[in-house]
Amino acid sequence: MTIRITGIRKSFKQQDVLRGIDLTIQAGEFVSFIGHSGCGKSTLLNIVGGLTKPDSGSVLVNGQPVTAPGPDRAMVFQNYSLLPWLSLLANVRVAVREARPDWKRERVDEMTERYLTAVSLWEHRNKRPGQVSGGMAQRAAVARAFAVGPRTLLLDEPFGALDALTRSRLQQQLIELWGHESETETVLMVTHGLDEAILLADRIVVMSNPPYQSIRTIIGVPIPRPRHRTTIGHHPAYDEIQQQLVDLLIADHVEELAGAAA
Amino acid sequence: MTTTSLEAVIVPRKRGGGRILKQLKGFGWMLVGLAVFLALWQFAASGEESVPTPLDAATTLGELWSDPFANSTNDKGIGLHLYISLQRVFLGFAAAAVVGITLGLLMGAIRPVWQAMNPIVQVLRPVSPLAWFPIWLYIIKDAGVSAVVVVFITALWPTLINTAAGAAAIPRDQRNVAKVFRFGPLAYLWHVLIPNALPLIITGLRLSMGIGWMVIIAAEMLSGNSGIGYFVWNSYNALELDKVVAAIVCIGVIGLALDAVLLRISRRVTLEEVRS
Ligand SMILES: Nc1ncnc2c1ncn2[C@@H]1O[C@H](COP(=O)(O)OP(=O)(O)OP(=O)(O)O)[C@@H](O)[C@H]1O
Ligand SMILES: [Mg+2]
Repeated sequence: MTIRITGIRKSFKQQDVLRGIDLTIQAGEFVSFIGHSGCGKSTLLNIVGGLTKPDSGSVLVNGQPVTAPGPDRAMVFQNYSLLPWLSLLANVRVAVREARPDWKRERVDEMTERYLTAVSLWEHRNKRPGQVSGGMAQRAAVARAFAVGPRTLLLDEPFGALDALTRSRLQQQLIELWGHESETETVLMVTHGLDEAILLADRIVVMSNPPYQSIRTIIGVPIPRPRHRTTIGHHPAYDEIQQQLVDLLIADHVEELAGAAA
Repeated sequence: MTTTSLEAVIVPRKRGGGRILKQLKGFGWMLVGLAVFLALWQFAASGEESVPTPLDAATTLGELWSDPFANSTNDKGIGLHLYISLQRVFLGFAAAAVVGITLGLLMGAIRPVWQAMNPIVQVLRPVSPLAWFPIWLYIIKDAGVSAVVVVFITALWPTLINTAAGAAAIPRDQRNVAKVFRFGPLAYLWHVLIPNALPLIITGLRLSMGIGWMVIIAAEMLSGNSGIGYFVWNSYNALELDKVVAAIVCIGVIGLALDAVLLRISRRVTLEEVRS
């Protein structure tokens, strides 16, 4: 699944949020998006997901223009978005059944069980989202996205609300699921964590607010896989990438502060 | 478990004592209110011979309920009249609930349906339901059925409007989930639309029931020969105002009971939602 994004523009009430995005993502790639709050990361992801229409430009998935959401592109939302009256199990099962009407019941149940187990929620499957911690709800949302067997996964800060320990465990699970235990090849992931971006991504897309272009830079991460969070820091490229990211984000931030003060 | 059983032994006795005292106090104030009310009534009624005093009303109430389901040709018991009225209200209310919830969900979920129906609803809603009565009476010819239809029309609007409002306010997250996972109409209805709209649906039903119980009396007063409204009007024509007052008491008590039932349901539903 190659995703080809060309000339995407989007504004909300005079505010030019996406100012011409061009980006091609190869099948099998893991791409992270990083940037300050409000620079349009969620908006871009929603456009790729087919939830938001761009003002201009196009998104092609394997040459086909995206016009609506589809089971080939599952999303995990910034605020997990489970249906509060359904158990975790039902949240996953209903989503799979609806997204994959052609699947037999056994297949639906099997996928539901497989991914709820993969995120260690099988014992808690009968609880409702309100009865579990934020981290568990987040994991259920991840399981739901994987269980529909999407070729592309769109993750909007999926681990944002988690404590460091849970987050690193989920990152590991995500790598494993993406690596070989699922049909998912391509991942687009918005994150605020520099470490997380370097650990997971093949390329990091740094996005900016005006006056810069929406895509400030794209940084490749030439660190071989399998990567592990405890050892990745020793790789010679790690510090350099991290420094690059910090510089870009801080520079942006300083400029913003200066702009606000003026 | 052990703590709960401990509590069960120790705490309730203490708290129970306090609660009984509190309830007694509340009851006392209720009696005071009632006494003042009755005294004012007595005072107002004492000037005029034909206006019943509280004692007259109580006596009549007792007489009426000594044989409430009497059913001779020109003397039907008050229980029978109430039963007939309740039946009509339930019929009209049930029809209004079915139609109101269905149309309300459609209006709330589908924008063009809202745009098509909202103007009509807004114009028809403030029309007194009794204004329809001649039309129905002319078409249907039967006063009882016409009264049911009047209840239906009256009870329709609160349920319809509240349901539509509930169904229109689906959180964006949930709409997005439904889109990304491509929920079919049934799944959307069952897992998104109805659970979101449910508290407002119940509120609407409660309003509908209250207003339906009010309007049935008026409709029965206008025409027909049965129902509590007819009973009131008939008693007035016979200048038996004590019966009118006794009927008013019954109407009030039943209205209160109907509301209490729906309030209970609505509390349960809201609790469920909060718990989830
Ligand atoms: N539906 C909308 N209507 C109006 N403005 C919107 C809408 N969606 C987003 N915006 C605006 O567009 C800008 C970018 O929003 P977006 O959610 O894409 O940012 P983000 O990069 O994901 O930020 P964060 O890191 O805080 O999630 C924000 O200023 C936001 O206020
Ligand atoms: Mg965002």
